[in-house]
Amino acid sequence: MGRYVIRRLLQMIPVFFGATLLIFLMVNVMGDPIAGLCGDRQCDPATAAQLEKEFGLDKPVWQQYLTYMGNVFTGDFGTAFNGQPVTELMASAFPVTIRLTIVAIFFEIVIGISLGVVTGLKRGRPVDTTVLLLTLVVLSVPTFVTGLLVQLLLGVKWGWIKPAVSPEATFSELIVPGLVLASVSLAYVTRLTRTSIAENKRADYVRTAVAKGLPRRRVISRHLLRNSLIPVVTFIGADVGALMGGAIVTERIFNIHGVGYQLYQGIVRQNTQTVVGFVTILVLVFLLANLLVDLLYAVLDPRIRYA
Amino acid sequence: MRGATHAKWAALATAVALAATACGGGDDSGGGGADGIVSSSWGDPQNPLEPANTNEVQGGKVLSMIFRGLKQYDPKTGEAKDMLAEKIETTDSINFTITVKDGWTFSNGEKVTAKSFVDAWNYGADLKNNQKNAYFFGQIEGYDKVHPEKGEPSATSMSGLKVTGPQTFTVKLTQKFSTWPITLGYAAFSPLPQAFFDDRQAWLSKPIGNGPYTVDSYSKGSQMALKRWDAYPGADKAQNGGITLKVYTDNNTAYTDLTAGNLDLVDDVPASQLKNVEADLGDRYINVPAGIIQTLSFPFYDPAWNKPGQEKLRQGLSMAIDRDQITETIFQKTRTPAVDWTSPVLGEDGGFKDVCGDFCKYDAAEAKKLVAEGGGIPGGTMKISYNADTGSHKEWVDAVCNSINRSLGNNKACVGNPIGTFADFRNQVTQSKMDGPFRAGWQMDYPLIQNFLQPLYYTNASSNDGKYSDPQFDKLVNQANAEADTAKAIGLFQQAEEVLRDDMGAIPLWYQNGSAGYSERVTNVSLNPFSVPVYDQIKVN
Repeated sequence: MGRYVIRRLLQMIPVFFGATLLIFLMVNVMGDPIAGLCGDRQCDPATAAQLEKEFGLDKPVWQQYLTYMGNVFTGDFGTAFNGQPVTELMASAFPVTIRLTIVAIFFEIVIGISLGVVTGLKRGRPVDTTVLLLTLVVLSVPTFVTGLLVQLLLGVKWGWIKPAVSPEATFSELIVPGLVLASVSLAYVTRLTRTSIAENKRADYVRTAVAKGLPRRRVISRHLLRNSLIPVVTFIGADVGALMGGAIVTERIFNIHGVGYQLYQGIVRQNTQTVVGFVTILVLVFLLANLLVDLLYAVLDPRIRYA
Repeated sequence: MRGATHAKWAALATAVALAATACGGGDDSGGGGADGIVSSSWGDPQNPLEPANTNEVQGGKVLSMIFRGLKQYDPKTGEAKDMLAEKIETTDSINFTITVKDGWTFSNGEKVTAKSFVDAWNYGADLKNNQKNAYFFGQIEGYDKVHPEKGEPSATSMSGLKVTGPQTFTVKLTQKFSTWPITLGYAAFSPLPQAFFDDRQAWLSKPIGNGPYTVDSYSKGSQMALKRWDAYPGADKAQNGGITLKVYTDNNTAYTDLTAGNLDLVDDVPASQLKNVEADLGDRYINVPAGIIQTLSFPFYDPAWNKPGQEKLRQGLSMAIDRDQITETIFQKTRTPAVDWTSPVLGEDGGFKDVCGDFCKYDAAEAKKLVAEGGGIPGGTMKISYNADTGSHKEWVDAVCNSINRSLGNNKACVGNPIGTFADFRNQVTQSKMDGPFRAGWQMDYPLIQNFLQPLYYTNASSNDGKYSDPQFDKLVNQANAEADTAKAIGLFQQAEEVLRDDMGAIPLWYQNGSAGYSERVTNVSLNPFSVPVYDQIKVN
């Protein structure tokens, strides 16, 4: 196990460098960021040159990348164009998005798995068909449509929630946006759980457990569910990263000042430091989430061993 | 019955969500009347908030609330009126003596003196401070020493600025510029307190100015709370208790928040909502022309676009564009078809006049004829370049091309050429890499006809992106600047504009309107010529 973890950690190094380098190059081919800073008028050349020097944009890209990476390891992610250190932006954006992600994952686990278990156990019954149909609807409607619809109905027409989240973005304010963000994944989790449960229901060990006279609750939770959760855990684990990075749409609709918003601003203003900084952290989140998923396998199914 | 069960579930889930959200809110400003707080939408300013470093409208909003300069533009007429200036005197349009009114202070108690201005201007001009509006000080003598085009600055203050008394200073310009005092209402010319120079970082996190409002709290990227400054000595005291500027991730969300009653003022109605805005807000929707004009520029640096006789081609293209139809169908009348190269906010006295005449009117037959006389479109097809990331330019560029193609009876005459990002677009424009017409927008810095012509079309001027050049135009602009009589100066600028028309140096498309919507809680909302709300006049019911 220990060796496996170390090997996985070592594998993360090239992925980390590769991903950040790619982002660095992609942001750099989009044109000169200073040209966009002055609006529709031309920057005065002396000031532009001075700004380039300040942000290190006058050096070749590979040198910028090296300097950047060097700084990252000392915790310095550079400065955004508005004069704020990128770490400051992160400190304000990440907690918000993490809260949003927690809410979304919570809904995925609670609603998704419960619905999955119910439908899996009652396959073919009306409940199953209804939920399947509902998940199909959720899957086929894009998030921004769901989001805008929910916002319009709950926020404007009925006045049950505030359409825009305040800068503090407390957990309670994030319930509805979290549900919207989770909706698509939630449908996937339901369907995954359902199939997995339905399949394992007929497995020998379940039959044995029932034959032993174990209570139904114990059979389902200890025997059936535990084994059926492996594909679901894989999905949810990979989803953590996807939710954090992919919250751009939801965050825009509900005015949440999180990672998605900062990334969007960074891209529109072509702020290399912001974009690369946030992506660097997101890459790390992805990698760690994946590692965690792999380790969880061993917990869920002791037969899976890592040499 | 099954349906009923589901409805119950849904109701339950929403009820839980509601119970939880109910404890979240409630931070809204209490009370109305003169002490009521107005909440307004805002965008994250792009640059640090310094008077000489703010060149976009979001930062400009804040500066308009916390600063007052020597001049102030009338929110209705745009006329430059004395604010902190007791008098500005000149005999030769080069040397100016400025007297600053006594009795003004910054909100931290510091006196506003002549030095407050001189220090601020020197700071703004100094290359070392990276101020994006530094070129505003370009007319002052000694600017080239503190802000050389190449190399290090050899001075830290401009020789043309001299403090001659506690409340007086003199300015020497490098050339005649009779209307120069009118430019002094621009935010870059604001005074700065000593506190700014003592600790710039602290100042930036909570700016101190001399305007009707003070910054109460500022959390970057999310919101700024401004409070009325009760000791404000000016006549334009704030009519409300304060303004809370809230950063929105999307102006659609701000608009939704307004219709839900959580926001008082949106000063940028999103294009997608223009169809509903009348129904949603009724007469609480404002749509008035602002000092912004959109044009199509030509790459005069490209030999294919700079041949003698091609002015007919450009004039023909201008006549091939159906401005009325495009502004109505695509912009829902939030643009006004252009009839000159300035803006209606200048007013007749300020130099706004139908100079373009028939060349800006849609006439397909005449257009076709003129384009043919002008040698046809270079290469048979022209591409109109624009940035595709913001501002929904695609719709109108496609419409303009359709209009041109229809007029010329040639489906290949014009196509849109989207460029991925604004930065890349500006990059290609400033490096003179355009091989066909490209979109250009100009927002005035001050309501002066000079500001619409000189920076854009004077030979080698700072924003002359198409590299248009005409000796006659330059001569008339110089004459106008030297003319002490304002009316005569404006006449000369209009003559210069006629030169521009005969050359069709750029095709004027339309003037952009400022649009805003407000809630039933507030009254007396208006937009100034810069399309910024006149915050201090807003009254809370």
